[in-house]
Amino acid sequence: MKAKEIFKNYLFVLPAVLVFSIFYIYPFYKVFTLSLCQWDGIARFDFAKNFIGLRNFFELFQDKIWWFAMLQAGYITLIALTFQNALALMLALACDRDIKGGNIYRVIFYLPPVLSEVVVGLVWRWIYDGNYGLLNYWLQQIGLSNLVTDWLSNPKTALTCVAVIHCWKGFGWGFIIFLAGLQTIPRQLYEAAKVDGASSWQLFKSVTMPLMVPVFILVSILTVLGTMQVFVLILSMTGGGPGYHTEVPVTRILASMVGSSRFGYACSQGIMFGAVLLAVSFIQIKLSKYMKQA
Amino acid sequence: MKEGTKYKVEKFFKDFTIHIFLIIVSITCLFPLLWMVGSSLKTQQTIFSDMSIFPKHPVWTNFYAAWTKGGFGMYFLNSLFYTVTVVFGIVIISSLAAFAFSRLKFPGKNVLFYMFLGAMMIPLPGSFVPLYVLMTRLHLINTRIGYILCMINVGLSFSIYLLKTFFDKMPVELEDAARIDGCSRLGIWWNVALPLAKPAIAVIIIFSSLNVWNEYILATLIFSSKNLMPLQRGLMIFQGTHITEYSLLMAGMTITTVPIILVYLLMQRHIIKGITAGAIVG
Repeated sequence: MKAKEIFKNYLFVLPAVLVFSIFYIYPFYKVFTLSLCQWDGIARFDFAKNFIGLRNFFELFQDKIWWFAMLQAGYITLIALTFQNALALMLALACDRDIKGGNIYRVIFYLPPVLSEVVVGLVWRWIYDGNYGLLNYWLQQIGLSNLVTDWLSNPKTALTCVAVIHCWKGFGWGFIIFLAGLQTIPRQLYEAAKVDGASSWQLFKSVTMPLMVPVFILVSILTVLGTMQVFVLILSMTGGGPGYHTEVPVTRILASMVGSSRFGYACSQGIMFGAVLLAVSFIQIKLSKYMKQA
Repeated sequence: MKEGTKYKVEKFFKDFTIHIFLIIVSITCLFPLLWMVGSSLKTQQTIFSDMSIFPKHPVWTNFYAAWTKGGFGMYFLNSLFYTVTVVFGIVIISSLAAFAFSRLKFPGKNVLFYMFLGAMMIPLPGSFVPLYVLMTRLHLINTRIGYILCMINVGLSFSIYLLKTFFDKMPVELEDAARIDGCSRLGIWWNVALPLAKPAIAVIIIFSSLNVWNEYILATLIFSSKNLMPLQRGLMIFQGTHITEYSLLMAGMTITTVPIILVYLLMQRHIIKGITAGAIVG
């Protein structure tokens, strides 16, 4: 092939590579250099002058709020992994049968995931409102006044309230994936098991579950990655408060950057968090491989 | 015969309980949206006392006030502009690249492709920090073009991957026929590849549109002038400055949400196909 031809072929990928290099690769590289520096984001950046070695990381290891935020993201993730995915699976099993109006349910369940986190957060903030919120009003109406509280300002309830809304927004997504997985299971398998006299529970345990293992793994990994990185919902519901009681890693990164103008520290947080996410998904993949063999 | 009736009755009760369960979950999905629309039809006086879902005397002027005084008209047009330009950019740039990755020969092709693929796999939380630094340095901060380019990049990897797998399945004969007819590479891309990839492009258009319309964090970091901001940013600003004007806020949120719901209802088949494809990539 002539050099001119090759050059012409390169022109096809040039725009994509250009955009990608400037807006992905350069920032990717920049995160690592900045994480070794102390920089306020305003002064002229000079790597030699701003370089402080690994001090950001040492500080981060002792940053109690940071690990507290990590723990809280873990709590939301745990709720999403269990309740959200259990609900999604139950709904998918219900819709996998030949049920009337199955498609309508499908459309409704996937509605929350297409809404923006800002809108979802603000609507629920209004429903949870301590003084005029619908939730407290209903609780009073049905005689449970002792449960009335300022849901999102109460340190005891705020994080769980946020987690519940995160699940509300997310279960439709899990439902669609589970349903797609269930529909790939050949019907003959069910028929054959029924002829052999298997009960519904046996069908579920011995036919559905084993065939769904890859889907379970996929959904659980994506749930962990997605939920750990949640933050827009939190910004619109609580802004991280009360105190630090709904802070998660990404809101901490944002706070380091916008709040205290510590760009280097923010980058080291980003790297640490990225490493944690990679490690968690790696462990999940290893575990699932082990479970498949067992 | 008796066995048959027993089976039917059992099935009826089973289906009945399942429907009850599904309906309860459906109501939980829809209710907050109804409450949002209902709240947007109450006045500043009644919103704190009237707890009916739809008020007896709906007030439609909130929408006018939100559109003009609340600035949501401006935010709406900005969002529309960003969505259209970003989606157009993504479709053109990613289809050109995907076509080359699938059909053309050049050194380093696989390395480049895996680079895009890798970008989807590696989580980079807080990537907005260096991106903000970059935008400031390039003087793209607080500009429309800066935001548009950032958002094109966000959708690029997934689109390239989806289109490449689509182009790989495209029959070579069609391409050869076009070449014999004197089509250039660019001509084949435009006349053969793009029309055949319509289903994949539909998925990309819908997903990128939803993504841009709902994007919040980059819009927050990049824009400081109100007249450039999209809806999501506008909502948070309005919420911060008019903290008690719930009826106007709910009207603004309704304005933000209605287009999304319309697109969703019209395109739900493609959307559901897209999530499944997206999950398999991820």
